[in-house]
Amino acid sequence: MLVCGLLLTGGLYAALAPAQADTDQSQAELVKDGRELFLVGCAFCHGQNGEGVLTQGGSQYGPALTDVGAAAVDFQVGTGRMPMAQPGAQAPRKEVVYTKEETAALAAFVASLGTGPAIPDKELYSTAGMSEEEVQELVTRGGQIFLANCTACHNFEGSGGAMPRGGYAPKIRGVDSKHIYEAMLTGPQSMDTFSDGNIPPEDKKAVIAYLNKLDESPSYAGFTLGSLGPVSEGIIAWVGGIGLLIGFAVWIAAHTTRSSKKKDEAAA
Amino acid sequence: MTDAHDTHSDPHGGELAVTGPIPDPGLPEHQWRPTDVDPAKEKRAERQVATLFGLSAVCTILFLVAYFTFDIGDDWDVVAGFGASTMALGFTLGLALMLIGVGVIHWARKLMADHEIVELRHPARSSDEDREVAVQAITDGLTESGIGRRPLIRNSLLGAVGLLGLPAVVLLRDLGPLPGDKLYHTIWGKGLEDKPMRIVRDGIWTPILASDLEIGDLVNCQPDALHNPERYDIDPLEVEGVNLQIHKSKASLILLRMNPGDIIPGKDAKGESRQNWSVDGIVAYSKICTHVGCPISLNERTTHHLLCPCHQSTFDLADSGKVVFGPAGRPLPQLPIAVDDEGYLVAQSDFDEPVGPSFWERDYYER
Amino acid sequence: MSVDVSKVASTNGMTPATAKGGKAAGAIATWADERLGLGTAMKKNIRKVFPDHWSFMLGEIALWSFVVLLLTGVFLTLWFDPSMTEIQYNGAYDPLRGVHMSSAFASTMDISFDVRGGLLMRQMHHWAAHVFIASMMIHMLRVYLTGAFRKPRELNWVIGCLLLLLGTLEGFTGYSLPDDLLSGTGVRAADGFMKASPVVGSYMSFFVFGGEFPGDSIIPRFYAVHILLIPGLLLALIAAHMLLLVYHKHTQWAGPGRTEGNVVGYPMLPVYAAKAGGFFFIVFGTIAMLGGLFSINAVWKIGPYDPSKVTAGSQPDWYMGWPDGLLRIIPAWETHIWGITLSWNVMLPILVMPPLLLMLLMALPFIESWITGDKREHHLLQRPRNAPTRTAVMVALMTFYGLSWAAGGNDIIAIKLHLSINQITYFMRGAVFIGPVIAFIITRRWCISLQRHDEGKLLHGYETGVLVRSPEGGYAEKHLPIPESKAYTLTARDDDPRPETAEEIEASGVTGRRLRLRKLRARLATVFFADNVQKPTVEELHEAQHHAEHELHELESQISAGPNRHGPAEH
Repeated sequence: MLVCGLLLTGGLYAALAPAQADTDQSQAELVKDGRELFLVGCAFCHGQNGEGVLTQGGSQYGPALTDVGAAAVDFQVGTGRMPMAQPGAQAPRKEVVYTKEETAALAAFVASLGTGPAIPDKELYSTAGMSEEEVQELVTRGGQIFLANCTACHNFEGSGGAMPRGGYAPKIRGVDSKHIYEAMLTGPQSMDTFSDGNIPPEDKKAVIAYLNKLDESPSYAGFTLGSLGPVSEGIIAWVGGIGLLIGFAVWIAAHTTRSSKKKDEAAA
Repeated sequence: MTDAHDTHSDPHGGELAVTGPIPDPGLPEHQWRPTDVDPAKEKRAERQVATLFGLSAVCTILFLVAYFTFDIGDDWDVVAGFGASTMALGFTLGLALMLIGVGVIHWARKLMADHEIVELRHPARSSDEDREVAVQAITDGLTESGIGRRPLIRNSLLGAVGLLGLPAVVLLRDLGPLPGDKLYHTIWGKGLEDKPMRIVRDGIWTPILASDLEIGDLVNCQPDALHNPERYDIDPLEVEGVNLQIHKSKASLILLRMNPGDIIPGKDAKGESRQNWSVDGIVAYSKICTHVGCPISLNERTTHHLLCPCHQSTFDLADSGKVVFGPAGRPLPQLPIAVDDEGYLVAQSDFDEPVGPSFWERDYYER
Repeated sequence: MSVDVSKVASTNGMTPATAKGGKAAGAIATWADERLGLGTAMKKNIRKVFPDHWSFMLGEIALWSFVVLLLTGVFLTLWFDPSMTEIQYNGAYDPLRGVHMSSAFASTMDISFDVRGGLLMRQMHHWAAHVFIASMMIHMLRVYLTGAFRKPRELNWVIGCLLLLLGTLEGFTGYSLPDDLLSGTGVRAADGFMKASPVVGSYMSFFVFGGEFPGDSIIPRFYAVHILLIPGLLLALIAAHMLLLVYHKHTQWAGPGRTEGNVVGYPMLPVYAAKAGGFFFIVFGTIAMLGGLFSINAVWKIGPYDPSKVTAGSQPDWYMGWPDGLLRIIPAWETHIWGITLSWNVMLPILVMPPLLLMLLMALPFIESWITGDKREHHLLQRPRNAPTRTAVMVALMTFYGLSWAAGGNDIIAIKLHLSINQITYFMRGAVFIGPVIAFIITRRWCISLQRHDEGKLLHGYETGVLVRSPEGGYAEKHLPIPESKAYTLTARDDDPRPETAEEIEASGVTGRRLRLRKLRARLATVFFADNVQKPTVEELHEAQHHAEHELHELESQISAGPNRHGPAEH
């Protein structure tokens, strides 16, 4: 998944950079390509013009996409969440279906439907070009913001957590920095949004820097057992600790092999 | 400890003797182990035990090597993504200890005499004669003291000793101050007439423009005074160290901007509508769960349901923070908010009820 | 009791080995004995007999992990600073440098990142605590399920229950000391529990925390309790537990030559000492391995406590999991009346259930002996199947515990098994009541069918697996009698007492309340022993043997006559 994400970002930039630099002509073409893809792959749930589709019960089959912006499309399609394999409470992360060019085209099309955040520039989430000390400060600050805003749902190590009625906050480790930024910006699924008025861009960058630091850090203390906290620790204590010790106890108390020989016979 | 080898004529007091349909065949004949009868096997077992001890010594030395070679601190040595020091120390120490244990037990199992021996039991109770003597001794002692004949002395002594329990209780009085009305107030109420308490982002400490928030934004907030006490004429010492923690444990706040049409305004403590407690769909609630006090900010944007990670109480932030699921017994307290003349979000007043878990003398009102 | 050592492995020598410093040792021994009189005490205990069975070593795991706790704990105290004074972290861990935190947390960080082996010791201490409490619990299960708690050992059972309680409190106070976000959240919940107490709740909270939560007193106070008060009590009670064990002598399983009147096993010196001593090293080693290989309570990621922060998956350590689970599944029951609040949603799971369950646990031996009327001493263990109701009671309690425990991890279960927390909670609300009942019924019937199986083995022999076809085409399995020693072991148990009948009670002349009580007791005893299988009588056994021999004879003749010839099965 990580490799996939990395490839995707790299590729996307290669594909997007010229497109953005280019003329309006190519942008219009991108939107046109995106519309064609949209009509085939997305319109069934989201409507032909991204206006959303209501079910008979009045709930949404697919929500309106008119004001979600390119960032939301890039996140949802770029992490494989869209298109959904089957309707459900929450779209899980899965294998990416569209190529990076197709994703870019879809994003351009949806962005053309209304307002909404654009795909963030790399400077917004990359620490490239910063001095080591600046990065260190950013990481410390990011850790505090992460603990204040993110750990409640995503766990102290970004391992994820449960939400009401079968929902869940997914694991956010090993996710591409751009996608994390987009997730904060757009609030995918049931997640709250952390718009720039909520958490300023510089602090979003700090959170991402902290997450990357966690990814880079060694496991100082041994196997982390999924970093789920005391539940997995309790399981290890019972299985690995008590289980192993009972095994030893059985060995200690077991009767050793016996010989049918008598001492005197053997000596003779 | 009593005599282990005394032979009572009837070791279980004549009460219990398992009598089965099959007579006790008695202890089976002792069988020798291969190591008892075969010198080669015996030698081998001896070598095995010594090898185990030797390996343990090697592990101990490796432990020392690991202690002095692997760095921790600013420059951790890392092997295969793991902290080398802790892993190497734990592994070598564990192995060194286990090998001694395994060696000793192997020794016991293979080479030490393994004849089972028999010890007789005796009842836990003391013999009748002993009991009589003991009872007599107690009676003699008590009679000589005259405690039975002098109720005045006995009762006054009991009273005096009993009263000595009071100092023990009284001495604990200064463990802490009395609660007073502390649980009823938070620092949100410390805003000034011309400078109402601003709501600031937790950890970032910047005030929030109402217009900056989008629908679906959830902001974890603190009162401005914790970072900026002078603005509210508060002594900085009031918001440092332990005081800061105390304030945070009551004043932590979450802001949520939702579609204004989603909000069902409830009633406040006086029974009046909470119509003007929100600003353009922005509502503010205490972050402290009303069950046992965990901070909660696990919000579902689509449903405005806020979940507590500790015991899963779920509150509806569109509906006065009422409990929709889980063990919490009362809604989340709501903070009435407004904007100041610069457009920043501020608290209109303090909460109109105590925040955090319920306690005995705490009142309740219907929203 | 001396043993013929002449035939033991010759490396042991024919005469007791005398160490080279024998004379000096002898001199020291004499010196000591002349002042302490050790000889008298030692002559009886040096060769004290301990029976051998794996399940008798479970309590030892607890004892040895307690020793590991003492050793690692002392190491930690050398650096730990139990103070809540706020300081700025300046240690080796980058992402927290410059962050404000309590001295307690900062010193925990220093132990982890600036003291070599400190992280290992911290983790060993924490793992040892897990193992300590877990082993106390399985030891307790063993004692209960084998009936080892019966007279004269009831008081030792009570001491054991107190040890379990103290161990749990010790664990909770220790868990709270590092002042990290997870443990701080636990302390915050504890504050909520205190506040929920009727009438005095908020006062209790202010007294314990030295003011408003969190204050700056709780860590130093927990520290004193954790390293002084509770360990002292634990040591004293462990000493009493062991002394009673030595005084009563260990229970043993029934078997040839093993009766109510004796104890058969290995002497304390050398075999038992070697096995127990060796096991100490194994327990120590296992905990060191756990400490080195598995991360526990990674405080640097969890961060210092801040009352405004929380993490998903906020759980207490496992032994506090079951009340936490009850706290999760209890409905929102609060009574608001006359301006006061009664928080049933906190009181029932935390202030009522755990003490109630502990008291029930302590009372179990007394309840059972009251119902059965059995006031005799017991030193032979009962197999769990031979006391079906007792076994079923414990399995029901275990089921209740297990379900509450699982409820305490409902969020982790939800994400790992893709379930809904809400559905798990609704399920558990019913399951904690229904589950134990089902478990009770199944266990009881299961035990009784195992008893029947034993009876079958006694009366009809064991199944050889040899199928024989008769000339008529019918199939029969060949059964062979079980060896005498096994048969003896199966029958070496008491018959259940016959409960009094109503007529007998009335005839005894008691009246009023005592009459009703005695009738209740008789009814309970009837239920307690209902459907149990008693061991066969001598006559039944003889008849069955006779019958079996006859049948075997017939089968053999069929085999020799029939087409499918087998040699007699070798066993």
